[in-house]
Amino acid sequence: MKLSGAKILLESLKREGVEVIFGYPGAAITDIHDQMEGTKMNHILVRHEQAAVHAADAYARASGKVGVVLVTSGPGATNTVTGIASAFMDSVPVVILTGQVPTMLIGNDAFQEVDIVGITRPCTKHNYLVKDISDLASTIKAAFHVAATGRPGPVLVDLPKDIIQGEAEFKYPRKISLRGYQPHYEPHPKQIKKAFDLMLKAKRPVIYAGGGVVSSDAHRELKSLAEAMNIPVTTTLMGLGGFPGAHDLALGMLGMHGTYRANMAVQNSDLLIAVGARFDDRVTGNIAEFCPGAEIIHIDIDPTSIKKNVRVQIPIVCDCRAALQMLLDLVKAEPGGMPDHKPWLDQIAAWRATYPLAYDQNPEGPIKPQFVVEELYRLTQGKAVITTEVGQNQMWAAQYYLFGGPRSFITSGGLGCMGFGLPAAIGAQIARPEKTVIDIAGDGSIQMNIQELATAVQYGLPVKVAILNNEYLGMVRQWQQLFYDRRYAATPMGCAPDFVKLAESYGAVGFRADKPKDVAPVIKEALRIRKPVIMDFRVEKEECVYPMVPAGAAISNMLLV
Amino acid sequence: MEQNGTKRTISVLVDNEPGVLSRVTGLFSGRGFNIECLSVAETTEAGVSRITLVTSGSPAIIEQIIKQLRKVINVIKVVDMNESPFVEREMALIKVRAEASNRAEILRTTDIFRGKIVDVSPKSLTVLVTGDEGKIRAILELLNHMGIEEVVRTGKIAIARAKK
Repeated sequence: MKLSGAKILLESLKREGVEVIFGYPGAAITDIHDQMEGTKMNHILVRHEQAAVHAADAYARASGKVGVVLVTSGPGATNTVTGIASAFMDSVPVVILTGQVPTMLIGNDAFQEVDIVGITRPCTKHNYLVKDISDLASTIKAAFHVAATGRPGPVLVDLPKDIIQGEAEFKYPRKISLRGYQPHYEPHPKQIKKAFDLMLKAKRPVIYAGGGVVSSDAHRELKSLAEAMNIPVTTTLMGLGGFPGAHDLALGMLGMHGTYRANMAVQNSDLLIAVGARFDDRVTGNIAEFCPGAEIIHIDIDPTSIKKNVRVQIPIVCDCRAALQMLLDLVKAEPGGMPDHKPWLDQIAAWRATYPLAYDQNPEGPIKPQFVVEELYRLTQGKAVITTEVGQNQMWAAQYYLFGGPRSFITSGGLGCMGFGLPAAIGAQIARPEKTVIDIAGDGSIQMNIQELATAVQYGLPVKVAILNNEYLGMVRQWQQLFYDRRYAATPMGCAPDFVKLAESYGAVGFRADKPKDVAPVIKEALRIRKPVIMDFRVEKEECVYPMVPAGAAISNMLLV
Repeated sequence: MEQNGTKRTISVLVDNEPGVLSRVTGLFSGRGFNIECLSVAETTEAGVSRITLVTSGSPAIIEQIIKQLRKVINVIKVVDMNESPFVEREMALIKVRAEASNRAEILRTTDIFRGKIVDVSPKSLTVLVTGDEGKIRAILELLNHMGIEEVVRTGKIAIARAKK
């Protein structure tokens, strides 16, 4: 039986197990939305296409499934680019379906035509333009396959209107094989053995865990291995939650705003075991001075991540979980006991005691932003899913909310994309309806996608937004304070909405707190209400995120207060 | 890891699809790698093309280039030709100003380089020559004395030597 292109697309999505689409209609894709009516597909109408991608990104991260976006041609497609770039940098599996003008008009500068395949080539894992309806089903199959396997990433499929409106026999391929794409999952046993021998010998080892631990669901294996071998673990921003934040072996985050003990441990280590991480510049600081005395084992599924930035003694290209499992097997088979690393762990404890993360909360105020994050942590028992915007709010969330498990911290790590947090909270809430989802935001970035409050209200998603409102674009202001003689050029937010009234105008709930004693009651009330809530915390205006490694310095060179 | 290294000839088998060349060249421009020359043609296998390109960089950069090429979904195979003996050729078409006085010399030079005259006009001769980079450079230097009007060169193509 012949089906329309729109039907073929929806059937294909069903076969891929898609339950939710984040989308926005338009002329080129009206047939798809039309055919969706009456199916079980849950279409979430966002208020801006960028938000659709962020929401799908967070949905994917919170659930472990592939996120799906459906937008129209032209501006609908270009509006997704920031979201796609963010998902690409953070290796998140998202399939973006864009409408396109009819094939015969492509290249004609037609109304709402844009070469989105050309535009997104450098910021997708792969992309497709479907030019023949008989390729539609297999292209969708390939798109999901590429997005979800290997190092995951966004894949865009451009769908001309005549393909969507055409007809063809529907046959969904059961398997797909792409000649040029064969991701490598299995670790090389000899390399693992070499790595294990180094780990047994090391006196000052550190595990440096990245987003790959979370996306490959390797958190259990990581915890077992760290505990078995008594190796402390630092996580990147993307790796937070991949190792329990309150664990005795947890060092917290490393890098530019890493903890003192994490950065000191890495710099003084004799063996660095990188798992699913990519030695980003925000992690390494001055690369020439990064962990100078250490040998490096690098486990990653993407061969291009290895030896891109640092020398590596033992490269292991494979799935993180498989590598950690194989290391655990070697631990079990080892006749001698495991090292206890007591002197090393004592040294780390001493670093921790000398410079813990700290701030001074005067009970009379003003509210310290760190205090808000700590109260959120305390009142949710560390069990919420936290999304963030980008800047100081993001760093305080990363430092002070001790994530207990994976897929609970969702942030725009690589791209550092303001406006991420609220749509991400929406996507995460849909993926995890039973969870408390909180967007830790700044007064600047929340305004970049504030319109999504309407989406949250429309679909009854009880997301919470905690605005750390300092009336500044705080992270840039911090750099200006520290490195530009306090010339606050373009960072004071001279005008902001009344966030309480704004929430109310959308049909959400708004609270404000100016005093430290009001923080806990506001959070408790917000958590009680089953509606979207904005909490406007008026915080200390010129608070800085510490520690801070100045750009270009070694990560042991930290500003501490 | 920064240093200028040697030239490398890299052979890339790709799916013959629209946009594939742009994926490959976009990778080079986006990541700041060099392409010195490039040629593309179909292979004997339907749906598969070969891109031969010459790039340069330190060993670490060349390693990164090869890995990045392998990561492109439409790239089927990447071979660093320099890893084993190979034959490399390029071709040039050279339009030289020709007068009665120097026609014979142009013909002689062409002959020495085993080139061919492929077009003749009252005021010019067009020489076709193939060879490695050194040979092309040599004939260009010689013909330059007569006055070259135009040169068109292909990128390099390369093939591994058969095992003996």
